Amino acid sequence: MAGNAKSGKLAKSESMWAYLMVAPTVIGLLVLNIYPFLDTIKLSFSKTRPFGLYELRGVENFVQMFGSPEFWRANWNTLYFCILTVPLGILLALVVAVMLNTKIKGRTFFRAVFFLPMVVAPAAVAMVWKWIFNTEYGIINTLLAHKINWITDPNIVMITCAIVAIWSAIGYDAVLLLSGLQNISKSYYEAASLDGATKLQQFFHITLPMVSPTLFVVLIMRLMSSIKVYDLIYMMIEEANPALTSAQSLMYLFYRESYVSGNRGLGSAVVIWTVAVIGLVTVVQFWGQKKWVNYEV
Amino acid sequence: MNSSLERSRKIRTAGVYAFFIIGSVIMIFPFVWMFLTSFKTVEESMIVPPTILPAAWQSGSYNKATASLPFFALYKNTILMIFWRVVCAVLFSSMAGYAFAKLNFKGKNVLFSLVLIQMMLPSQIFITPQYQMLAKVGLTNSIFGLVFPGLVSAFGTFFLRQAYLGIPNEIAEAAYLDGCNQWQTFVKVMAPLTKASMAALAVFTAVFAYGDLMWPLIVNTDLNMMTLSSGLATLRGQFSTDFPTMMAGSLLAMIPMVVLYLFFQKQFIEGVAMTGGK
Repeated sequence: MAGNAKSGKLAKSESMWAYLMVAPTVIGLLVLNIYPFLDTIKLSFSKTRPFGLYELRGVENFVQMFGSPEFWRANWNTLYFCILTVPLGILLALVVAVMLNTKIKGRTFFRAVFFLPMVVAPAAVAMVWKWIFNTEYGIINTLLAHKINWITDPNIVMITCAIVAIWSAIGYDAVLLLSGLQNISKSYYEAASLDGATKLQQFFHITLPMVSPTLFVVLIMRLMSSIKVYDLIYMMIEEANPALTSAQSLMYLFYRESYVSGNRGLGSAVVIWTVAVIGLVTVVQFWGQKKWVNYEV
Repeated sequence: MNSSLERSRKIRTAGVYAFFIIGSVIMIFPFVWMFLTSFKTVEESMIVPPTILPAAWQSGSYNKATASLPFFALYKNTILMIFWRVVCAVLFSSMAGYAFAKLNFKGKNVLFSLVLIQMMLPSQIFITPQYQMLAKVGLTNSIFGLVFPGLVSAFGTFFLRQAYLGIPNEIAEAAYLDGCNQWQTFVKVMAPLTKASMAALAVFTAVFAYGDLMWPLIVNTDLNMMTLSSGLATLRGQFSTDFPTMMAGSLLAMIPMVVLYLFFQKQFIEGVAMTGGK
């Protein structure tokens, strides 16, 4: 009886401590995230009025958004950016990771070199690439002996942004993939070597299936951040650039609608749409992973 | 037989080195070019074909960059923003992560689902209401404004909860039997065991806070309250054809983090690899 009372008291003090310890995080999440999430939904159904006021207007913003060619163009730009960066970026990162996994001198140094862009603010990265890709004086055009409008030609601008994005992310993805590769037991390769499997066969029959869970994580992460791409394009393409509409991603459109044009209702509608797209892509990914991700080992 | 095997291994090693050397040039060249350009005059930067080394090492671009951007304030703001975000993320996430992993209380699953919801939503969905809250109480253009979205970290809570789940319950129970209360058990016994995870979270928080652009651009529009990232965006508008000045500004903005990286390279990479998958 006494023991029960004591354990009841203990449990009570335990939960008291627990509430105190989660309080900052829970209050913070409610104020900083849950309320803003609901408020953005409300904003997307509202019209911006002067003096920070809003007026509920039903689906007006969504009607305007779906009727806007700029919006559909931003969808296409975002999709195009994903197509250009995700498969090639992950492939290159996998190659770098496999190379970093070989026993050679200086691999720590090379790993550090590939990772370097991660610690440089995207704003600074964009500035130097803008200079390198400059039409008149850029070093790339000098080397190519052609005047390619890397940043102002609507047909090329997205490729330029994709090159910079891949260059920026390759080391990060490679480091994640490398930790997946290092978890593969050496004994698989030894057994395969004894059976006479070539390096290439070993890669496709051992490495690829064994690293597929990590590959899946990297794919999800890269896809998410590509859909949300903003800072790089914002820094590369300014307001006056003739190729702006050809490079404007969904999040760039959100920023411009909300904070340049001041139409936060429409901006919020763009965010809601993007969240829906991300949700859909995630569901498809998790459904599709069953076909190629190997969790056996 | 053996010598041909030996030879093919040598060829393979040479191939790997060739790959790394070409790769390293591609990764490092932009920064070298940034450095060299920053010491040229505007006229020299526009010579075709370009000079590799500056004809004379000019520091004029640095004077121009520091004259148009208050770099001292930008460094200060960026450091304070990173400091408070790291402190908040590590402290509050440790507390909550420990409670979610090790303590029993009513409503635990409901409260933890708030963490998961935040992690699933992109941060842009919170931005406009967060900005409006700050604007309403007049806290835009402040350090608090820069820190605001990072006061708590759902990802950090999730990540440190994982770390605490990996620690056996017996350790906490032993401390408890030794007379520690829940808080003492947490601070003196459990938290020190998650040092590596806390360090990883700190690195991760710092790197992403440093690179963040949209939030600082929106919340602090006063030049003296900007971060290095948002300050650079302003410089871009002012000197659209003066590349040496833009390179000088970019170099000044990236140097502190790169220097830290050179010293703590292993911690940086392993920290990000540990938190990977976010």
